[in-house]
Amino acid sequence: MAELLVVPALLAYGEAAFAYAGELRGPGLAGRLATWGVRLGWLAQTALLVGQAASAEGFPWGTWAGSLNLFVWLVVGAYLIWGCTPRYRLLGLAVMPIAALLLALAWAGGGTTFEEGDRPGVVLAVHVALMLAAFAGLTLAAGMAALYLWQERRLKRHERGVLKVRVPPLDALDRLAARTVLGSLALLTLGIGVGAARFERGDFDAAMAVTLAVWATYASLLVLRHEGWRGRRAALVNLAGFVLVAIVLPLTHFAS
Amino acid sequence: MTALTLVGVSHHRAPIDLRERVALDLDACRAMVERLGGEAVVLSTCNRTEVYLAREEDAEDEAVAAVTELAGDHAADLSAALYRLRDEAAALHLFRVAAGLDSLVPGEGEILGQVRSAFEAGAPGPLLDRLFRQALHTGRRVRVETAIGESPASVPSAAAALAQQVFGELGGRRVLVLGAGKISEATARNLVSRGAEIAVVANRTIAHGEDLARKLGARALALDAVAAELEHADVVVSATSAAGVVVSRETVANALHARKGRPLLLVDLAVPRDLDPAINGLEGCFLYDVDDLRAVVEETLSGRRGEAASAERLVAEEAERFRDWHAALDVVPTIASLRALAEEIRDSELARAGGRLSETERRNVESVTSQILAKLLHLPTIRMKEAAAAADGVVYADVVRHLFGLGEEERRR
Repeated sequence: MAELLVVPALLAYGEAAFAYAGELRGPGLAGRLATWGVRLGWLAQTALLVGQAASAEGFPWGTWAGSLNLFVWLVVGAYLIWGCTPRYRLLGLAVMPIAALLLALAWAGGGTTFEEGDRPGVVLAVHVALMLAAFAGLTLAAGMAALYLWQERRLKRHERGVLKVRVPPLDALDRLAARTVLGSLALLTLGIGVGAARFERGDFDAAMAVTLAVWATYASLLVLRHEGWRGRRAALVNLAGFVLVAIVLPLTHFAS
Repeated sequence: MTALTLVGVSHHRAPIDLRERVALDLDACRAMVERLGGEAVVLSTCNRTEVYLAREEDAEDEAVAAVTELAGDHAADLSAALYRLRDEAAALHLFRVAAGLDSLVPGEGEILGQVRSAFEAGAPGPLLDRLFRQALHTGRRVRVETAIGESPASVPSAAAALAQQVFGELGGRRVLVLGAGKISEATARNLVSRGAEIAVVANRTIAHGEDLARKLGARALALDAVAAELEHADVVVSATSAAGVVVSRETVANALHARKGRPLLLVDLAVPRDLDPAINGLEGCFLYDVDDLRAVVEETLSGRRGEAASAERLVAEEAERFRDWHAALDVVPTIASLRALAEEIRDSELARAGGRLSETERRNVESVTSQILAKLLHLPTIRMKEAAAAADGVVYADVVRHLFGLGEEERRR
């Protein structure tokens, strides 16, 4: 029965995604409903993950669907830290529909069931957790980059309603995305380092190659920021990096 | 019951030349209140002059005379533009004024401060004190519970709101002002009020630029020296009277490398335009001219009008609360007399029985009788207040006075 916790989580995330769309018409009730949807959904998903961890003898999120479940929880958790404040609420419009969709996918793939799980050992569990946390942070940074490009376009086009929708300030989005990338890159570096401890000759595969490309892309982004690659350019590099993240996640499970 | 009377003139029916004849500063408002005597408040803004009186008898003539006197030779014109409101209608009007719903720009924030100042300069008694406190509460409530006051209502405030949309908090952001006229100053002041720092004022005539620079705590420069300043500025506000372009695309493009990708907001309020429109095509540069800003203001004003419907509902709710309170004044003396009579009977009976009771018994009897009275009188009190709200208060009060002989008791005393 506890497995059904995915239902309230999914419903709450879905409600939040719809309510964030309502927030586009102006600040008010829709935004508050969205915020509560995110909070309640995250609590339900947390309870689900705790239940999975308690009932499993090994690592319960070793499958692609299980990883996706954990990944969604990390993304929404990172968003919850500050995303629910009125100024950043609209970021939820970029994050919550994806979160709801991925959680539904994880559910359909059996990633929310209570099973014994794999016994991958501590090192691999730490490696997977670090990599997923890093990818979750990078997903959030991509959400900020998308919001940046949308708002920048509205400002450039002198849209009449540019002040009607409460969007985070451009400069804040740019700096916050860079900080999120920095933190995520640190986690990714650690995750790669931990994974390297188990590395044996002949293990190198496409997933590792793309992971290294992800690392190189985001590291370049941070270096280039010092050279003036901020704003639009940084957002575009950020999104390019996210395309690689979107590739590496399924690649890890289906092509390794 | 004390009646509330409002007589006033406003932008709805009176042209500016008439309104300026009756406009008063705070000292003059105070003087008028003293002349009127009793409970009186005078509210005077650029859009209205209103006299609020609370009197036992009809005070309309007194208020009309006070306002008409101000118009001097134009008294006849003024009397056609005057409005006269009483009790609930007067309260509703003041609540709408405080909420900014009677203003030219719906939801403008200045009026709430003006209502507060008028209240403080007035001579409120129980009725006007309650009225103005509730009006201030209504004004605050409307601004908190609706978005009517959130969006900019003028071109300078739209420029400042756009700066916040780009940079967030403006604390420490450097502003470069081109031109030393009124428009430049108004926009600069709006930015300063939100935390920005005016770094430089550049003007063709340096002496004029120095005057404004002094007022804003900035440096003054000649217009042809602004290129070097673009590197450090976050916001450029331009409103010169130059005939052609003052800052070209190339000038800004040259400064971009040194800016290391920091965004730049440029606001061109001049006609003809000072800033090359092609600047908007540069990466990280956002150029708004006066038409763009007007379009933003019009759009946000339509949003304000949309919010006005919600604000009207809140105001009506507050006006109803005031009406109930005001109507309850009809029955308050009767309720007080009834309670006093009940207490008197209880005290006298307790005194008669006092000698036969121990100290503990006396305290117990006191407590029990006090609770009986409170419970017995609770429902009649509520019902009388409800009847007062439904305009039957006087009838109910008379019946209660007759049934309990309240008038007779008072006469005997």
